[in-house]
Order: sequence, then C-alpha cells, then structure tokens
Amino acid sequence: MSPRLTQKIAFTVLFLATLLVVLPVAVILAIIVAKGASAISWEFLFSMPRDGMTAGGIFPAILGTLYLVLGAVLFAVPLGVLAAVYLVEYSSDNRFSRLVKLAIVNLAGVPSVVYGLFGLGIFVTFFRFGASILSGSLTLGIMILPVIITSAREALESVPRHFRTVSLSLGASRWQTVRHSVLPHALPGILTGMILGLGRAAGETAPILFTVAAFYLPRLPQSVFDQTMALPYHLYVISTQVPGIAENVRYGTALVLLALVLLLNLAAIVLRYRFRKRKKW
Amino acid sequence: MSMSGISIETKSLDLFYGDFQALIAVDLRVPEREVTALIGPSGCGKSTLLRVFNRMNDLIEGVRVAGRVLIDGEDILAPGTDLLRLREKVGMVFQRPNPFPLSVYENITFGLAVHSLARRAEYDRIVEEALRAVLLWDDLKDKLQRSALGLSLEQQQRLCIARVLPLKPRILLMDEPCSALDPIATLHIEELMRQLKSDYTIVIVTHNMQQAARASDRTGFMYLGRLVEFGETAQIFTRPRQELTEQYISGRFG
Repeated sequence: MSPRLTQKIAFTVLFLATLLVVLPVAVILAIIVAKGASAISWEFLFSMPRDGMTAGGIFPAILGTLYLVLGAVLFAVPLGVLAAVYLVEYSSDNRFSRLVKLAIVNLAGVPSVVYGLFGLGIFVTFFRFGASILSGSLTLGIMILPVIITSAREALESVPRHFRTVSLSLGASRWQTVRHSVLPHALPGILTGMILGLGRAAGETAPILFTVAAFYLPRLPQSVFDQTMALPYHLYVISTQVPGIAENVRYGTALVLLALVLLLNLAAIVLRYRFRKRKKW
Repeated sequence: MSMSGISIETKSLDLFYGDFQALIAVDLRVPEREVTALIGPSGCGKSTLLRVFNRMNDLIEGVRVAGRVLIDGEDILAPGTDLLRLREKVGMVFQRPNPFPLSVYENITFGLAVHSLARRAEYDRIVEEALRAVLLWDDLKDKLQRSALGLSLEQQQRLCIARVLPLKPRILLMDEPCSALDPIATLHIEELMRQLKSDYTIVIVTHNMQQAARASDRTGFMYLGRLVEFGETAQIFTRPRQELTEQYISGRFG
C-alpha cells in the first residue's frame, strides 16, 4: 500500500474514533432536551409535586440536592484542603504519608454504592443521625474528599518553590508561609476542585439512597435532621418505580439535573481559564 | 553590635549532605559593615556556606552541621536557636529576582506583617525608606500598587533587596545577586552594595571574579569545600598566598 493510502486510512480511523466518543454525548443531550424541554416551566421548577408525583413540580428535589451539595462541600473542602496542606507542606516522604496518599487514590476508586452503605452504617445507624440531610451530606462529602484533596495537592504543588524559600528567608514561620505565600496562590486550583466535587455530589444517586433521599415528600425540609427529596433519586423513582408519569416530566427532571451538573462544571472551567490567564509566574 | 567588629565567625565548620561533605573545617571571620565576597568554582561550597548563616540549609533533608557559627557572638547552630529571629537579623537576596506576585508595596510590607513589626500607619513611611535605600523611590513612587512582576529584572532585584530592609537586618546575604542581570544593571547593584555597607554587613557569593574585585573589601576563595584563602580583596587578587588561589583568579581553572 502506498504511504498516501495508509495515511488516509489512519486519519479516517482516528477521526471516526474521536467522533464515536463525542457522538453519545451529543445524542444524550439531544434526546433529553427534545423530550424534556416541554416540561420545563416556572411551575415545574418552583412548585411541590402533587397527585403522587404525576403533577406539580420538582422544587423539593432541586432544593434538596442543593442542600446536600452545600453540606458536602462545607464538610469536605475544609477537611480536604487541610489534609492536602499537611501532605504537601508539612509531611516528609515517609511511610505514613505514602500510605495516606495510597488511601486517597483508593478512596477515589470506591464505587459510590459502597459509600452509601458506609454512610448508612456510620451516620444513619451508629451516630443516629437517621436518614437525614446531615447523613447524606457527610456521605457525599466523604465521597468527594479524594477529588478535593487531589486537586488541592496539585494546586499547592504548582506554587513555585521559591515563594516558600523567600518567605522563610524573611523569617516567616512554616504556617505563615503556607497561609500568606502559598495558599492564596493555590486558591484557584482549590476552587476548581471544589466545583468538580460539587458536580459529582449533585449527580450521584447511590450514596443518598440509604442516607437521606425521600421517595415522595411534598414539603421542604426544616432542619438538617430531616429527610429530603433529591434530583437523582427522584429521577430514578419517577422513571422506574411509579407508573403513569408523563414522559416529558421524566426527561424534564433529567434535563434539570444535567443542566445543574453541566453548569457547575462549566463554572469550574471558566474559573480555571480566568485564573490561568492571570497567572504570571 | 559586637565589640570585636566581627559580624560572623565560623569555627571548624563542617557540613554534610548525607554522606557528602560539602564544607570542611571552615574558619572564617566576616568583619562588620564591609562587603565580603566568596568566590570559587561551581560546587565549591560557597552558596552552602552562605546558607549556613541564616540556616536555610535546614530546609534540605539530610543536612548535618558540626562546628560553631557565631553571629554577633551568638552560636546560631545551638539547639533552641530562634530561626525566625535569626532570619529577621540575617536577610537574604537570591540568585534570580523573585518578588512575590503581589504589588510593590505588599512585597515590602510582607516581612513587617509576618513579624508584626509596625503599625499600619507606619507602613507608608517604611515602604518609602526601603525604596529610597535601594534607589527605587523616584521610579516607583507612583507605581506602588502595580504588580512587582511588571518591573524590569534590575528593579525586581532591587525590590528584593528592599524587601529585607524593613526587618532591620544586620547582615545581608547575597547569593549571586547579579547572575540574571545585564552588565549595566550589575554595575548598578554593585554600586548599591557599596552604599548599603555603611549600614549592613554584606556577604556576597559570586562566580564573577571581576565583581568580587570591584565590589568587595574582603574575598574568600573556596575550593572543594575548603576555605583556601581569605584576605583583603586587593591582596587576594594581586598577591595571593596560595598557589590554588593564584591559578583560579588567573583563569587556569574554574
């Protein structure tokens, strides 16, 4: 075969492979928008479900998901960032820190349903938080910890060494150096990780299944010890557990969830892009 | 101020990086308010010696030090030495200009904030003094809030010198401070060192022998971890006592 022909074949195969990767995303989006857009209305977004979820809106599920995500982030970001600071700035490369790093990598690979069972065992049963926003947030928080820690570590490690050297040479303590010369410059990366974690927490079903999600609860939660509806679980329920739900309501719910997650990811990308442009070292 | 007029004194100083001995029995007496240059080929230990004086070597894992280093009569290798106070007293300027990615103003007040040395009301005055001392005030007085990274390299390096001054150090350590600068800027920094030495003891590491000859009062020649010869700069460059020194300054190795 002539080189020109093999080149053409290679190019075609590579291009088709790329197309195959993008195609499903486009198709999923197109189907969900086509079938769900008609359901989206002010009432759908901001009112309670009625008549066994066959009518009314999905407001409690949207709000519940927002609560859960917020709770997860409030728990996971401080903990994760502090752990990352310890790993990058304080610990030397010894057996303990290697073990911790290994644990974090493994934590990222644990299936989300296992987090759900873990949350059920620890928060719901052992700490007696019951099925509640608190239990669900903590479970989601633990699930996104690896994302937060890993991105925070990368952000800290990308701060040039000499910021630390100079700060220490000016007589700053280790902590002052971290606080004033390292953390501020790592903030963009940390924020990006936080938002990615947020998107992941918003979309997961399994971790909230046993820890918080209510099947049908047409009122808003009053405290962190209340159960709440949540978008991913609600979608599962109306798609498979309750007969007679209009198709556009199901797809409309999926559309809302998808939009929420995509919006969060988009925010992360925009943030990262803007900070990267401002970075000068 | 020490009575002897000696600012830094090392006594049989040894330093090891793991198994490698980087400094061997160094005895050095750095006089106050003079410029002392340390010269020698790459890897001779001159930068390592400089970093002993503010204990920046502590940051490297596996460093061991033996012997004594007296600064104003106090042994800074003694256990319990307050490193934060030591580094307040012994400022350092690095090879590459490395201002923080902050404004000119914030770069200078960094040390003040860290040590809570002054009230905010005094900051303006202190910033002006520091910038005047490094002859940057006229150029930068209207650009204090600009990012320091927008300055020329020479201005950045001057700013890095200015950055240590608010701590009122007694000693300035300069680790090849001109190696990233062009020849004109280099001369300017050397001129600045001559002015600063009326207030500060300056120790400069340089691989540039002309610079040592021009800018320093005393010169130490180091080779393979040893201080081979130390004396007045004029003597070292015109009548070196050691064969090795003579070979190095005449360019036969290095």
